[in-house]
Amino acid sequence: MEKDRLVLIKNVSKEFDGVEVLSNINLYIKRNEFVTLLGPSGCGKTTLLRLLGGFEAPTSGDILFEGKSIVDVPPYKRRLNTVFQRYALFPHYDVFDNVAFGLKIKKLPKDEIKKKVGEKLALVGLSGYEKRSVDTLSGGQMQRVAIARALVNEPELLLLDEPLGALDLKFRKEMQLELKRMQKQLGITFVYVTHDQEEALSMSDTIAVMDSGRILQIGTPQDIYNEPINSFVADFIGESNIIPGIMKEDYLVHFSDKDFRCVDRGYNNDDPIMVVVRPEDVKLVPPTENTINGVVTSIVFMGVHYEIRLVDDRGFEWLIQSIHSADVGSRLGIHLEPDDIHIMDRSQYDSIG
Amino acid sequence: MNKRKYIAAPYLVWMVIFTVIPLLLILFYAFITRAESGALILTDKYIKSALSGSSMSVLLLSMEYALITTVLCLLLAYPAALFLWQLKSRIGSIVNLLFMLPMWMNFLLRTYAWRAILDSNGPLNKLLQTLGLGSHRMLYTEGAVLFGLVYNFLPFMLLPIYTSFTKIDNSLVQAAEDLGANRWQTLLRVVFPLTKPGIITGITMVFMPAVSTFVISRLLGGSQTMMFGDLLENNFMLLKDWNTGSALAIVMMIMMLLSMALVRKSDDDLIPGGG
Repeated sequence: MEKDRLVLIKNVSKEFDGVEVLSNINLYIKRNEFVTLLGPSGCGKTTLLRLLGGFEAPTSGDILFEGKSIVDVPPYKRRLNTVFQRYALFPHYDVFDNVAFGLKIKKLPKDEIKKKVGEKLALVGLSGYEKRSVDTLSGGQMQRVAIARALVNEPELLLLDEPLGALDLKFRKEMQLELKRMQKQLGITFVYVTHDQEEALSMSDTIAVMDSGRILQIGTPQDIYNEPINSFVADFIGESNIIPGIMKEDYLVHFSDKDFRCVDRGYNNDDPIMVVVRPEDVKLVPPTENTINGVVTSIVFMGVHYEIRLVDDRGFEWLIQSIHSADVGSRLGIHLEPDDIHIMDRSQYDSIG
Repeated sequence: MNKRKYIAAPYLVWMVIFTVIPLLLILFYAFITRAESGALILTDKYIKSALSGSSMSVLLLSMEYALITTVLCLLLAYPAALFLWQLKSRIGSIVNLLFMLPMWMNFLLRTYAWRAILDSNGPLNKLLQTLGLGSHRMLYTEGAVLFGLVYNFLPFMLLPIYTSFTKIDNSLVQAAEDLGANRWQTLLRVVFPLTKPGIITGITMVFMPAVSTFVISRLLGGSQTMMFGDLLENNFMLLKDWNTGSALAIVMMIMMLLSMALVRKSDDDLIPGGG
């Protein structure tokens, strides 16, 4: 167990001018794992990445790399490389010299440098671009050069700081798949920072959801999507309906004036909780006594599905994704299976009592 | 109709009156002479005398002084700019201001002040005597002229270099460190190439005026050192020989254009391109 751990972050806190931006972070990163730090801007995810890269030092706590503390190791001695947010390509070098930078520092023989740079440029699909000046490249090409420049050093760990942030949507999807492919092919551990939940869900082995300098939840994409620990995580990872409720007993929850069977247990009877229902899990049926009933207020065609808004009799607006259309103004019922109901503790994120 | 081009009109008028017309006048005085008949004819006699051995040796000396001044300024300014850049931005701008402060005072006044300081009975010699190091002649030496040149032109080297430092994107420095470059390698392979435009500007702003300066050499060098600027001034003001003066000015302009072209050319060659 311990042996697979490439990086161990222990009780790390970081302050800037007395303001705490990271508080008591604990996280381990396994070898060959794709870990994503996910959170809104200002949550501390980039600072955590910079601590790993060595550009900042933690105020307290320790960071171990293969069991040894690297807190005092300068960036140039760390066996990791970074893909910077805005690429940070050297404007005075061409593509070849940018990618070759790390190898020239290591004073590798010329023909070996040439071979390795050629390989990595082929990997990112930029063969033949060696002599191009970097400011003639498109955003996507610059991104690829930045990735090749990092990978050519064969790092144990690759840090990526919102690498796809500046690319347009279609290209981003392509690069997501490519990055995942490269990670598998090269067997390198990735730590990936993003605020895009879709990106996090589709690429990661493990996601750490962060907010206000804390890690709120660590888990697989499935864990985090299906069992968010609180309403912040639920809301951040995809859209959801979050309703206050009461846990009546094991497997029985009360919300929206009705009792529902659920799959959760272990709460005290009558504990106040929050219920999360994903929009795609809601089934619309003709209204009955056992369904939550309301009126459809809007419907938008999204391509794969319709996005329907329904205001129930208590005034709560449900977001529903359905492949079936519905008429605005029609009265419908909401049917939920026990599996579709996710129970979370109430936390500081829930303002509703 | 593009009305915006009229915004440049005042500057254009200024340029024509104070740059273009004087340049034409210089050309006129240098190449046109009045024949005995009274007609204006083309001549090369002024250029020939401007290219005479004695004035050429003055020009060479001036260029030598200007070159030494430029090199000294660069050697002093580059590490200083590097130091300023590494300070926190607020402290950096304060220290930068301190460097620039002397420029707020007219350079003639400052040069006169140095005359007093370097004088045989000046405070510096008094200090040396008190320390038992004896009195030295400092004023009216080559050293004094060079010192005055460096002192006066240093800010013109420092400012453009410091500006080019502040323009460096910090993530480039971090990228270099991330790729395994230590401080020295980062300086050599990333920081230095990126500050090269500032160095070129600095060289231009020091070398050009240093070649043609005349007050500094006269005040601090006396009659010992005649620089090309002095020669020019003598021709116009003392000898009232505007023709030879104009020819000398043309020779100097061509020399400066050539040396600047040389600087730009060597810059192109120095930029690391292929691997």
